[in-house]
Amino acid sequence: MAYSDKVIEHYNNPRNVGQMDKNSTEVGTGLVGAPECGDVMRLQIKVNPETRVIEDAKFKTFGCGSAIASSSLATEWVKGKTVDEALEIKNTDIVKELALPPVKIHCSVLAEDAIRAAIGDWKKKNVADGQAVSTPVAVAAT
Amino acid sequence: MSTVLSEPKLPAGVKLPIYMDNHATTPLDPRVLEAMLPFFTNKFGNAASRNHSFGWEAEKAVDLAREQIAKLIGATAKEIIFTSGATESNNLAIKGIGEMYRERGNHIITQVTEHKAVLDTCKRMEKMGYRVTYLPVNADGLIEMDDLKRAIDDKTILVSIMFANNEIGVIQPVAEIGKLCHEKGILFHTDAVQAVGKIPVDVNAMNIDVLSLSGHKIYGPKGVGALYVRRRNPRVQIAAQMDGGGHERGMRSGTLNVPGIVGLGAACEISRFEMDEEAAKLSAMRDRLKEKLESNLDFIHLNGSMEHHLPGNLNMSFIHVEGESLLMGINDIAVSSGSACTSATLEPSYVLKALGLGDDVAHSSIRFGLGRFNTQAEVDYVADKVIDVVQKLRELSPLYEMAKEGIDLTKVQWQAH
Repeated sequence: MAYSDKVIEHYNNPRNVGQMDKNSTEVGTGLVGAPECGDVMRLQIKVNPETRVIEDAKFKTFGCGSAIASSSLATEWVKGKTVDEALEIKNTDIVKELALPPVKIHCSVLAEDAIRAAIGDWKKKNVADGQAVSTPVAVAAT
Repeated sequence: MSTVLSEPKLPAGVKLPIYMDNHATTPLDPRVLEAMLPFFTNKFGNAASRNHSFGWEAEKAVDLAREQIAKLIGATAKEIIFTSGATESNNLAIKGIGEMYRERGNHIITQVTEHKAVLDTCKRMEKMGYRVTYLPVNADGLIEMDDLKRAIDDKTILVSIMFANNEIGVIQPVAEIGKLCHEKGILFHTDAVQAVGKIPVDVNAMNIDVLSLSGHKIYGPKGVGALYVRRRNPRVQIAAQMDGGGHERGMRSGTLNVPGIVGLGAACEISRFEMDEEAAKLSAMRDRLKEKLESNLDFIHLNGSMEHHLPGNLNMSFIHVEGESLLMGINDIAVSSGSACTSATLEPSYVLKALGLGDDVAHSSIRFGLGRFNTQAEVDYVADKVIDVVQKLRELSPLYEMAKEGIDLTKVQWQAH
């Protein structure tokens, strides 16, 4: 399969790889996918409690090049956005940006799920602000 | 004069890209090409033309090839039927025997890690009213002889078990299977595409009745293969699956692919003389690759029995790294993966799943297929590159991080999608 230049670029130079303290109240963690499906993404966001702006984002992904690129791009895009703005990111935007072929659309869906899961986790930790929590969260049951 | 860009210096004996996917296909040996060339030009006769020198010349070349192929597997020239390749050979063997021996019985036994050319043919046979037993394999990829014994009943007409597997290189106990089949009076077919020319194959010593082989897996041309059909003890009969001029003793009509057949014969001849030395060389290179990878990486899994194994095959899973992403990182090396992402069906390898491995292990697998033209310098380059990319991807892998932290990944509630 031929990959787009943007997928290759993210694969070679993934942005924001890493880990943040998942117990911090400022950090939201989304862990989506499953090893037997061939892709698992962990996306973390650090949110400013005052402004609700995502100040930092980190990811780690087990998956194909397109999955790595989708999650790398997702961390770039959420940084600097408020959590509500970040929820506006659609998988189709990722497909377009990375020129993903039809068989790789699920990678973009997973990246969107990861953003939502991370935000959901953050909201759950910060229910005091009165925000309704609607997004399901996948957290490793360790 | 154009500017010469400075390329990173490669070790001697390494030229990129490196081809290490010799189970998929092999490059044509230059000696084979040389043998074939005249039959594309001056010697263009139809081997079935009985009345002029053009035909005689072609027929003579075909007869020589038949002899060369027969010698490699301990058969006689008359027992070799030419086909378009192993897929056709497998179809012809199973369908042709099924049809010919229908009155004797309708039961066929095969096993789960066969090539699709056998499995899908057997599925077709089921639709046509035959019963098929698909034997399981153990964690090593081998069938259990007791399973085979138990599966045989009074309606069993054919056992079709591959000689060596194309993904994991595991060699089935062919001689034992052949002995049992002969004792029971059941025909034994083997898809020997990966074995012929690589390891010793003897149709008499191993009691093989029908055997499929292919040109392009043994440094011969694509589009040509053969079916060995035993003529004595017992005399095997096969119903033709294609109507026409009655070529190949009525079993396979169609004008013979003379250049291809000449190439297949030449390839067999070379293998017959060089197989032992080549197998020793490939085993040594494969072991070197395996040891380098094992000593530099953790969380790896060898797929298939290493005891009953083809010389040039190494199938290894790099746990917590997805196969397609690994292939992307080693894109100057041609190997293949059992990952779903690399398959047309988006399903991970059914062969690896049959060993009882989880889908995650199948997703992480790489098949290295060493061949005649690989060098030790290439093996070293491949090992270093794979180690480097696996380490990079594990830095990116949440699963590797969790495993390193001691988290049992099987106990995590994953959000499957």
